[in-house]
Amino acid sequence: MLSLTSPVRTPYHRLPAGPKLLVLSLVTFLLFAVETWVFMLAALAVVALLFAIPGRPFWTEGLRLLRPVSFFVAIVLVWHIATGDVGAGVTICLRLVVAISLANLVTLTTRMEDMLDVVRKLFAPLRRFGLSPDILAFSVALVVRFAPVLLEKGSRLAEAWRARSARRARWNIILPLTLIALDDADHVSEALRARGGLDTGY
Amino acid sequence: MEKNVVLIALFAALIAVLGMIPKIDLISGVPITAQSLGVMLCGTVLGARRGALAVLLFLLLVALGLPLLAGGRGGLGLFVSPSAGFLIGFPLAAFVTGLVVEKAVGLPLAAAAFLGAVLGGIVALYIPGIIGMAITLDKSLPEAAMLALPFLPGDLIKAGIAGVLTSALAKARPEALLSRAAH
Repeated sequence: MLSLTSPVRTPYHRLPAGPKLLVLSLVTFLLFAVETWVFMLAALAVVALLFAIPGRPFWTEGLRLLRPVSFFVAIVLVWHIATGDVGAGVTICLRLVVAISLANLVTLTTRMEDMLDVVRKLFAPLRRFGLSPDILAFSVALVVRFAPVLLEKGSRLAEAWRARSARRARWNIILPLTLIALDDADHVSEALRARGGLDTGY
Repeated sequence: MEKNVVLIALFAALIAVLGMIPKIDLISGVPITAQSLGVMLCGTVLGARRGALAVLLFLLLVALGLPLLAGGRGGLGLFVSPSAGFLIGFPLAAFVTGLVVEKAVGLPLAAAAFLGAVLGGIVALYIPGIIGMAITLDKSLPEAAMLALPFLPGDLIKAGIAGVLTSALAKARPEALLSRAAH
């Protein structure tokens, strides 16, 4: 399973994940606190420049990740043209595009492992409540491993359905798929226990 | 311990896979995916706490940058997008769904699961979802609620499916239904 980290090497890849996330949170907070369109336009220019520096393929990737927002941008613009308050509509849309692009920039240029390291550090204080960061990291690894396995089993169920029926499989395969997940959970936890179980750090 | 961790992880994976199953177009032309059905099932099968943890784990992977959300979406951008409120509502939805199934022991399982899915997967999900749209799109709450309305029929159907599926699962694997297990 591929993460969204960009294959295009950029200077931003070298920046440490923790500070990147901190700056992202601060800027996002600022974006929602300020209401003027001049500020939003300036912010858009900065973000566009950040995406333009690594070159065209990176720019295209950034635009592709923005596609789901276009629906909301269209709704807001139509809405504000109808109510006659176009200025406010433009500010809202600019803010959306800037905030989302900036967050996408961090996702595109930070490896999943580095991101997970930050999460582990943030979770370290929770150890005293019995939530070990190692178990969290192990669960993440389990999902990364088992999502493709379940997807593969799901497509096999859908194929088997198509072989028997003229109609496409819809929610009919969800029941067997959930049963597979439950049974796999049984087998995996037994296998784990047989190998000494999870080390909870106590 | 092992069993709980693995169950939570596999249900997080199940939510991801249900988002990849081809979407069904509803009457209004609004595409619906089975992803939120996965969230409901986490609650009805795993119960409130484990169900919410499975959804939180799923969201963590989305935030880490895996494209697991329906339509192959993922990354931090989603958490500032207009749908952010719905993402935050996901674990809450699973928790409320599970809580209803755990507490409504007087009701037959299918009915309890349907009721839980409506209260959790619709009521508890839409409240933060609508607040999120109101903030990001700078609209009033009733205006934002109108934007969420097209999804209501699809989610009602999904709540019905969650009820039927849960009682079928209980028949196939009675011991696996942790929401109704004797604690």
